[in-house]
Amino acid sequence: MFQPDYEAMSRKDLEALQRERLQDTLDRVYHRVRPYRDKFDEAGFRPEMVHSPEDLHKAPFTVKDDLRAAYPYGMFASPMREVVRLHASSGTTGQVTVVGYTRADIERWSDLAARAIVAAGGTPDDVVQVAYGYGLFTGGLGLHYGCERLGAAVVPISGGNTHRQVQVMRDFQVTGLACTPSYALLIGETALEMGMDVREFPVRFGVLGAEPWSDNMRTQVEQILGITALDIYGLSEVMGPGVAFECECKNGLHVNEDHFIVEIVDPDTLEPLPDGESGEVVITTITKEAAPLVRYRTRDISRIVPGTCPCGRTSRRIERIGGRTDDMIIVRGVNVFPRQIEQVLVGIVGVAPHYQVVLTKRGAMDHAEVHVEIGPEVPFDEVKALENLRRTVAAEIASALAVSIDVKLVEPKSIQRSEGKARRVIDLRSEGGVQ
Amino acid sequence: MVEQLSVFLENTTGRLAELTRALGDAGLNMRALMVADTSEFGVVRVICDRPHAAADVLENAGFSASLTEVIAVEVPDRPGGLADVLEALGHAGINVEYAYCFVEPSADAAIDIFRVDDPVRAARVLAEAGIQLANADALYLPDSRPLSDIVDTGV
Repeated sequence: MFQPDYEAMSRKDLEALQRERLQDTLDRVYHRVRPYRDKFDEAGFRPEMVHSPEDLHKAPFTVKDDLRAAYPYGMFASPMREVVRLHASSGTTGQVTVVGYTRADIERWSDLAARAIVAAGGTPDDVVQVAYGYGLFTGGLGLHYGCERLGAAVVPISGGNTHRQVQVMRDFQVTGLACTPSYALLIGETALEMGMDVREFPVRFGVLGAEPWSDNMRTQVEQILGITALDIYGLSEVMGPGVAFECECKNGLHVNEDHFIVEIVDPDTLEPLPDGESGEVVITTITKEAAPLVRYRTRDISRIVPGTCPCGRTSRRIERIGGRTDDMIIVRGVNVFPRQIEQVLVGIVGVAPHYQVVLTKRGAMDHAEVHVEIGPEVPFDEVKALENLRRTVAAEIASALAVSIDVKLVEPKSIQRSEGKARRVIDLRSEGGVQ
Repeated sequence: MVEQLSVFLENTTGRLAELTRALGDAGLNMRALMVADTSEFGVVRVICDRPHAAADVLENAGFSASLTEVIAVEVPDRPGGLADVLEALGHAGINVEYAYCFVEPSADAAIDIFRVDDPVRAARVLAEAGIQLANADALYLPDSRPLSDIVDTGV
């Protein structure tokens, strides 16, 4: 354990700590964050109504739209002179949400990421290749600071250029890998294509996250790379990677409960659910200074894993994220909402706003393809015009979503119309498995 | 000027068969068919009996069909026959988008279909060069009304 005093503290002490920190956070947001004061007042909620985490359900929820409405800094509880870092996350309408960190926020985030690395077997002797994207996305820098906090040597290679990833992994004698699970798999496959076998490299463990994955995928990653692959959970609105992490027991992700209170609620009634039942993950930050959140609805689906973990950590665990309550999909680490695609399509002459996103596996990587119906006004005798149309749609989507998605033009009326909610996403990833 | 049926097709198995079956079931005969394809989709071009009726039949069968004006040239069946035509168009600065040809069994000539950027001027240029344009009624039964009208009036 990286911080056994906290990670293995008694439930009694932990709950006392949570009470104190939760109270501070509620006071902080009520007095410093205008949208929270308004929200609390409107709901008739006062911070002093909460005496323990069990009372938290009295507080109103925070949703992504609240953050969007406050863009960019309206939800900050610290003045800019105390903020030392900004990250951002993509949103449904192309509008990003911004999250700020004070120096102390960064310190705590580094600790929490270090906990995850240690839980995966990392030590100060390790050389960790961070192949998450660096930038506004929290993955790269989150794990980077965690490695440095632990004292491991960090290789800040960021994502992309997979041949170089393999080369560096071998030449630098890398022992730990941090990236998305699908990218880990691609690195392994690319090495094989290059005539190398990562299983013969010194790499031992992977801290993998930022996208949903299955146990099946874990097995594949572990086999092709010859590593122990563990899950790390986080979202930029809440902090970034390190909200929860798996230990070597591989039975749920330990929530860093000294910093976050996790509730599971019924996504329809929004009533809290008992431990063990699946629902939407709701997170309250209890130590964040710059961008605290109260009862943030993550839209991620999970459940509390009942019982205690043999690893000795006393924190409760959430099960690997099993899906979303909305239709968000993640393409190469980028959040994509089908509605964004729709908005792009209505602005283009020659295509109908009838579309489907088809997700498949192409090798290790998720592959997304948008099927778009051509409109009746298209001069479809000309292949050149159709090709231009296809390129226009692809370019507009890439520009609006910050990720490129293949576009396939399909015949008018060929996409199945639905009576109710249109089925915009066809996910064939698990059916085909990994080719 | 000749009317060609153009149909947009996804690259899916059996789609071309469905198209030809729909035309066949409606009693429409094809004189020529050309498929232009990319990896993602295809465009099928058809010279057939009663092109308006054919477009109507295909729309009703769920296809995207439209009519495109092309020029048809009777090219003498001898070496250099097609080159004469293309040179005449090229010298006049007329761009050929695509072309395909078929042979008339009854005649000693090939019929070349050209899609050009300026069909009216192309026809004039070819006439001036002494090249014979084929008439639509020599190739198919021209119709300007949908099939349903024709059936109703007993034609």
